[in-house]
Amino acid sequence: MKPAPFAYHRPSTREEVDGLLAELGADAKLLAGGQSLIPILNMRLAAPAHIVDLNFLRDEPGQPVLEDGALAFGPLVRLRAAEHSPLVAERLPLLAEVLGHVAHPAIRSRGTLVGSIAHADPAAELPALLVLLEGSARVRGAGGARTVPAVELFAGHLETTLEPGEWIEEIRLPAHRGGAFEEFARRHGDYALCGVAAIADGGGVALSFVGMGPVPLRLTGDVADAVGRLEPEDDIHASAAYRLHLARRLGERVARRALEAA
Amino acid sequence: MEITLRVNGAEHRIDVEPRRLLSDALRHDLGLTGTHVGCEHGVCGCCTVLVDGEPARSCLMLAATAEGAEIRTVEGLAAADGTLHPLQEAFKRHHGLQCGFCTPGFLITALPIYREAAEMSDDELREALGGQLCRCTGYVGIVEAVRAAAAIEDAP
Repeated sequence: MKPAPFAYHRPSTREEVDGLLAELGADAKLLAGGQSLIPILNMRLAAPAHIVDLNFLRDEPGQPVLEDGALAFGPLVRLRAAEHSPLVAERLPLLAEVLGHVAHPAIRSRGTLVGSIAHADPAAELPALLVLLEGSARVRGAGGARTVPAVELFAGHLETTLEPGEWIEEIRLPAHRGGAFEEFARRHGDYALCGVAAIADGGGVALSFVGMGPVPLRLTGDVADAVGRLEPEDDIHASAAYRLHLARRLGERVARRALEAA
Repeated sequence: MEITLRVNGAEHRIDVEPRRLLSDALRHDLGLTGTHVGCEHGVCGCCTVLVDGEPARSCLMLAATAEGAEIRTVEGLAAADGTLHPLQEAFKRHHGLQCGFCTPGFLITALPIYREAAEMSDDELREALGGQLCRCTGYVGIVEAVRAAAAIEDAP
């Protein structure tokens, strides 16, 4: 339960990160909050030759900022900072509600929003929220920067569409008042068996589910149709049929709440 | 690599491998064995320390990443003469520990919140402590202890 040896890099600017990734290639992993990466290293599910520690980047904001009607989160904005941010409370209260379901306070104090998105775990809450709100990721590398819409960002379980040498320098979540989130976990703070976020969309609602397939989807229409498009798997924690049952019940509940809040 | 860790107000210069976890640096390099190590993947909570005032898992942080941060461990609670911190006194009085393995993590997690604990609902307090696992299942005493600590501190 200790990481395998690696070389350690401590860049102080985003440009230095670009250079390191270009030089080190696929042998390098970025470390921000480490709340997903370090367990993986401890369990030796991965043994990257290089760790690039982003925690010493200079002049990185620790808080979200408002830009063009969206909340922008840099690579070192911690979950806990966002959860208690006055800007989030005013412009995107759904995010604060969702963050209350992410693990425990001692995990949220270190974990970052960008890191959770880059990790691309479909069982995590934030990828579903990014897709639901039609947010985006600002991606960069030695070759330049580009904006990737949420719907094009997730390629599969723990997999994004980023090219080698690219990394996420910022995620953007459009401001939205209202919305609702619920999840069911055996114990609070565990990965949910099923979760769902909803916002009012046109006359109806848009839904995005947590832990119900390889990538989060943005689903509109009635709840039964949306649930019909989910592809959860059986595992040791719950059967696919039980997860679909939860999706229907939680989906109906958040859809009702999202419409009431609109 | 050489790093400087600031723990309980004192600076320590140590030579560690980059892969050294903060939990292991505290225990093996600094001899601060009050921070316990259980699951080593962030689930059990007994390695929790304060990093810049907020609870964090020391098993999920490289010692190198902790350079420059203000670390507080359970050794930093009691006074120099051995007088227990009010939170420790409360755990003693309210049977907040049995085997003691999870206790450092509970104490550190409760440290930033115990002053407000008397006003917190049971749900709120249990949620705030929820990332800590007690192997002896003594949660009732632990919750009572955290609630009682501020009153012990304020007693003449």
